[in-house]
Amino acid sequence: MIEHLQELVNGNPALVHRGRWTNADMLLEVGDRGHVVAIRQGRIEAVRPVEMNVSKWHFAIRASTEAWAEFWQPMPKPRHHDLIALIREGKMRFEGDLDLLMANLLYLKLVLEAPRKLEGTA
Amino acid sequence: MSVAIEPITGRYMQVDIHGRPHRLYWEEAGSGIPLLCLHTAGSDGRQYRALMNDPAVTDRFRVIAFDMPWHGKSSPPEGWQDEEYLLTTDGYVDLIMSVSRALELDRPVVMGCSIGGRVVLELAWRHAAHFRAAIGLQSSAFVQRYFDLAYLHKPHIHGGEVCAAYCYGLVGPGAPARHRWETLWHYMQGGPGVFKGDLHFYSIDGDVSKSLAEIDTARCPLYLLTGEYDYSCTPEATRATAAHIPGAEVTIMEGLGHFPMSEDPEKFRGYLAPVLDRIAS
Repeated sequence: MIEHLQELVNGNPALVHRGRWTNADMLLEVGDRGHVVAIRQGRIEAVRPVEMNVSKWHFAIRASTEAWAEFWQPMPKPRHHDLIALIREGKMRFEGDLDLLMANLLYLKLVLEAPRKLEGTA
Repeated sequence: MSVAIEPITGRYMQVDIHGRPHRLYWEEAGSGIPLLCLHTAGSDGRQYRALMNDPAVTDRFRVIAFDMPWHGKSSPPEGWQDEEYLLTTDGYVDLIMSVSRALELDRPVVMGCSIGGRVVLELAWRHAAHFRAAIGLQSSAFVQRYFDLAYLHKPHIHGGEVCAAYCYGLVGPGAPARHRWETLWHYMQGGPGVFKGDLHFYSIDGDVSKSLAEIDTARCPLYLLTGEYDYSCTPEATRATAAHIPGAEVTIMEGLGHFPMSEDPEKFRGYLAPVLDRIAS
């Protein structure tokens, strides 16, 4: 899913416009695999796998492989369909600069939901 | 040029609430049994726009939705600039009773969603004689805080954007886009700190657990309808609440989230219609 994030976001002009003031490096953790998603003016500039356990980012969003797989279903189950729903379920964590994360939460929710369009590839 | 003028009318009232003058806005449509509708935290009466445009409802019910003080087109009370807005159980009950009496409603049905779904439990307990029936949407006795509400009111975080973001996933994922985004727009238009102030009732002050067992559904029938995608007031929370209220009836609404009347009015009307039929019969 993460490998498609860049094209899904950058190919969506409305989403890029919504994030035009968003500049952040976001650690996206899926199970034990982490990627740093570099967001610049609403576009995803790069998605870099974390190497040698060293990473630098502004905020992190972490969940298990199973939680993300359910979140990315075209029609996810109740309580697995939203980032804050997963937080409440104890299945997701927000860390780091939370003011920056929350200020951009609507954009980030739409970014992270984008892979739902890739039906059948979960 | 074609124009479709809706049957909804809006007016302002000047009314004292807890001895303090207020200027409140309300909308209504239809005639018959008064149906007093309570919006969710941080939103306003427009959430009931579809209900007021539904002849199957307005043929038998006078549908009334007011904007709470600080919300929609209602003003905050004079002196608000020096206060922090915090909704309490007593203040909320007092507000609703003041509006119902000001409009001289004759044994209205009260229907509220979220904080409104909570307070109808308190109304059914304290004021059973005043209400013909109570309908709680996304209703539960209490919801513990599960997120730091401070983010909803910080000067460097846009309040409208973050309130809408917070509520985005409370809408069911299958809701029609136009209704999802209208519902979120209402949140984007909320005043600074108002949503957070409402949630003081939802997650801090407004635990109505102790009164549940004393609700007399023979005097004031109680119907609880909850959307399955609501992760804030979950179906389990509604069922657990109803288990303490003899005679309360629970319906779980498939596919719907936290704002059934606003996020997917067409689907919601299928669940509400049988309840209104029973109340009207």
